[in-house]
Amino acid sequence: MLPELLQFILSGMTLGAMYMLSALGFSMIYNASGVINFAQGEFIMVGGMAASFLSAAGVPLPLACVAGVMIAGLVGGLVERMAVAPARDAEVASIIIITIGVSMILRGLTEILLGKRPHALPHFSGEAPLALLGATILPQSLWVLAAGALIVLGLSLFFGRTRIGKGVLATSYDRLAAQLVGVDVRRVLTLSFALSAVIGAVGGVVIAPISTVAYDTGMMLGLKGFVAATLGGLGSGPGAVFGGLFLGLIEALTAGYVSSAYKDAVPFVLVFIVLVLRPQGLLGAKPTDRI
Amino acid sequence: MRFFNMMVGVVCALAIGASAAQAPAADPVKVGAVLSLTGSASSLGDPELKTLEMMVDQTNRAGGLLGRLVELVHYDDGSEPGKANVLAKRLIEDDKVDMLIGGTTTGASMAMYPLIERAQIPFISLAGALVIVEPVKRWMFKPAHHDRMVGQRVMLDMKARGYTSIAMLSDTSGFGQSARKEMLNVAQKVGITVAVDETFNPKDTDVTTQLAKIKNTPGVQALFVVTFGQGAVVVTKNIAQLGIELPHYETSGVATREYIRLAGPAAEGVRLPAPVLMVAADLPDSDPQKKLSVDYVREYESRYQTDVSSFGAYARDAWHIWVNAVTQARSVDKAKVRDFIENTTGLPGTSGMINMSPQDHLGLDISALKIVTVRNGKFAIAD
Amino acid sequence: MTHHPDQSLPRSRQSISGPILGPGSRRVVGLAALAAVVALLPLLLPNAFYFDVAIRIAILAVNGIALNLLMGYTGQISLGHAGFFGLGAYGSAVLTTHFGWAPLPALLAAAGLTAVIAWGVARVILRLRGHYLAMATLGLGIIISIVLGNEAAWTGGPDGMPVDGFSLFGLTLSGERQWYWVFGGLLIATVILAQNLIDSPAGRALQALHGSETAASVAGIDVGRRKIAVFVLSATVSAMLGSLSAHYSGYINPGIAGFLQSVELVIIVVLGGMASIYGSIFGAVVMGLLPQILAGYEGWDSVLFGVILVVTMIFLPRGVVPSLATRLRSAGVTGKGGAAC
Repeated sequence: MLPELLQFILSGMTLGAMYMLSALGFSMIYNASGVINFAQGEFIMVGGMAASFLSAAGVPLPLACVAGVMIAGLVGGLVERMAVAPARDAEVASIIIITIGVSMILRGLTEILLGKRPHALPHFSGEAPLALLGATILPQSLWVLAAGALIVLGLSLFFGRTRIGKGVLATSYDRLAAQLVGVDVRRVLTLSFALSAVIGAVGGVVIAPISTVAYDTGMMLGLKGFVAATLGGLGSGPGAVFGGLFLGLIEALTAGYVSSAYKDAVPFVLVFIVLVLRPQGLLGAKPTDRI
Repeated sequence: MRFFNMMVGVVCALAIGASAAQAPAADPVKVGAVLSLTGSASSLGDPELKTLEMMVDQTNRAGGLLGRLVELVHYDDGSEPGKANVLAKRLIEDDKVDMLIGGTTTGASMAMYPLIERAQIPFISLAGALVIVEPVKRWMFKPAHHDRMVGQRVMLDMKARGYTSIAMLSDTSGFGQSARKEMLNVAQKVGITVAVDETFNPKDTDVTTQLAKIKNTPGVQALFVVTFGQGAVVVTKNIAQLGIELPHYETSGVATREYIRLAGPAAEGVRLPAPVLMVAADLPDSDPQKKLSVDYVREYESRYQTDVSSFGAYARDAWHIWVNAVTQARSVDKAKVRDFIENTTGLPGTSGMINMSPQDHLGLDISALKIVTVRNGKFAIAD
Repeated sequence: MTHHPDQSLPRSRQSISGPILGPGSRRVVGLAALAAVVALLPLLLPNAFYFDVAIRIAILAVNGIALNLLMGYTGQISLGHAGFFGLGAYGSAVLTTHFGWAPLPALLAAAGLTAVIAWGVARVILRLRGHYLAMATLGLGIIISIVLGNEAAWTGGPDGMPVDGFSLFGLTLSGERQWYWVFGGLLIATVILAQNLIDSPAGRALQALHGSETAASVAGIDVGRRKIAVFVLSATVSAMLGSLSAHYSGYINPGIAGFLQSVELVIIVVLGGMASIYGSIFGAVVMGLLPQILAGYEGWDSVLFGVILVVTMIFLPRGVVPSLATRLRSAGVTGKGGAAC
């Protein structure tokens, strides 16, 4: 029984790391601009697709991965400049529609340019599974976990130690005040989109060898990321980390012990219950109503 | 432009004069197709469309049908059956097609059927479920084995190899759930116990949880995975990861070389029932299915530079069933064509010899499904 | 989250233009125009396919108006509204198919059940705000579609189930031309209902909610109760519509309750304009026609559709109808000003 539980946990952690990266992207953009970016899943997909395509075209794997992530980052920045920034003063619902439109554009363009077939990347360090107390884990899953941990670490350094990172934080607290103390808010917002695309794309690249990636893989991962971010508390970094890992584990344990048919419903039931009991998410700050 | 038209006219006149053949009449025969070209079933719909376009070109190059050119009008239902319904109406009422192919998915085909029956137009569905042909629906036909036959074929193989307790892992798509229901029925009938019955979402990136459960269930002798496309790849890789040694069966939904390419060495030894298409080169020359299958594979792969799949082959057979009926009927009259489709006899296709009747709108028997296995990165006839 | 008090701006302009054409008479003119379009449209529709598209537009429009009552007039976002549509459709389908109920009682029962569920849900989730409410409603819709997909014994699973035609007193509706009048009539009835609701004292209270909830409760409006009432009304209208459209299309599957469908409804409301009834009709026309126009351009359809959404929201952020109406009105004002000079 114990190896089985351990297998569920390992599976849940890998899944959770993926959700976490998606959730971090949501939270970063939400923090900087108050926008829920429904194109977040598409950033994950673009990263994975670009890397797979380059790798298949003969580009060495590390280079293809880095290039895939950079391309996604560029796309993220472009999306902010071309679609979100011009509508800065629009209502929340309008901006949601814009991000939905953007996700359709990205999905459609990927379909046209790279085709509909699923692509796979080679595993970074072999496919031989590692045994662990009777359970097994793929080396690639360790890559996923490591990438997740590195990004969390990198983000905390970025926000805590760098000038531009602090600028992002300041903007999220009060855009006007940040502007007054000399933060280039425009640049910060573009940066937050580019950065969250990079975070998502890293996830897309490290998961591609395990799960394959196709033009339409983004939506499900994006939705789960939104759930994870909400569970933890929108805009909270630790919340996104916790929400992502928690969601992955709960999903794996439900599939393992309760019902694999209803495992996809569990995240949504869970977020429902959490919101009813604690409307600001598990780790979110209590919102105040502006009058 | 006018000069060009004149030249075409002159060439046509010469051609008629030379061969005394019928000139292609002004308006073409119209075939309508509603396929899932985007969304969850796009990996099925895409080879179907590619095949149909290739078939249209072949037919037209060979002089058309009844002396008329053939035109394909196709729409994408985005894997949403609700949309398929509207698009079928459009094809029937607005494009005024002479017959309909499609419904990549069972949901789409069934959503379209009420209209088909009202419009009384021949319809060949490319979907997998038993419900398409049982009970028999007057205007709907099916060129490929349904999921109950696929289940029977697999269970027979399991029985023959002495497995009586198995695990099933099916996806939550329409394909997976309809097949799961049929497989459970068949298992009960042939006396196989389904000891573990798990499901997964075809978009899942990891299925090790369900597989670990299967691995740890005592007494299980074989594993039957009921899915297609990307889902099958993930499951196959996860099976290798967990070191599950159980004999691994898949459905005909994964009979494509793309599966072997994406799943890599993990696919070795997988057994599945498949149309002979995948192993056509290994058939004896006397087999009537050999040449047409080999030809289809060669033409498809050279035209599109991509692997064939069984789904594309279904579209190929659907096309030939229809062309055969129209040729015999000497007309595209809908009711006549329907009758001749129903009377299709001894027509070889990639899925077997097709013998339809008023009681059987499928016309295939189970013997045409061969159990194949993956050996050295290729499909080969098992045993 | 930024909040925009200028949301009430166009309404105040409306009341300024009141004396020229009072809100009451403008309502009548709008309604007459709509009725004329519905009545005359069949003369222009060449075949059953076009009738079908018109019917689907009417279905989207009624659903859009129902959701707009919630989103536009109370400022509550819902990303799961198709779930209620699906509950109505499946409620009718299951009751008529498995229990042999007549269509009308089945429709009413399904609507009643949906109302009860919506009431229960509304009581707990309408305390949430902004994106948290979006998440909760999104979850609700997805849970409904997962249940519909999983309970195959009742619902036919992901492949869906057939539904019989709608018959009442021995008469069965058949064909697009008959159904056209049903849905056309329903659309007009919904517009009348929505307008009456909006112009009633309760409706004015609703609009106040969107402006500022705190201010509304200070003014003595029972904010919570009003929000729940609108949520339940909106869900019930969608459920009844779902029942009818299930009988109309003859075959349903869980996709009708899915996330994409809910998103489509939100697009209708926002594209046409929040708090604009005719905006929702406009949105429904766009959403009903575009897929048909783009049907031949597979792959590009998604790109073009996305571009249209983005561009519209950038240039007409309050939605097409309210934004254009404001522009027209201000153009009219400057025009008059010029003449006076």
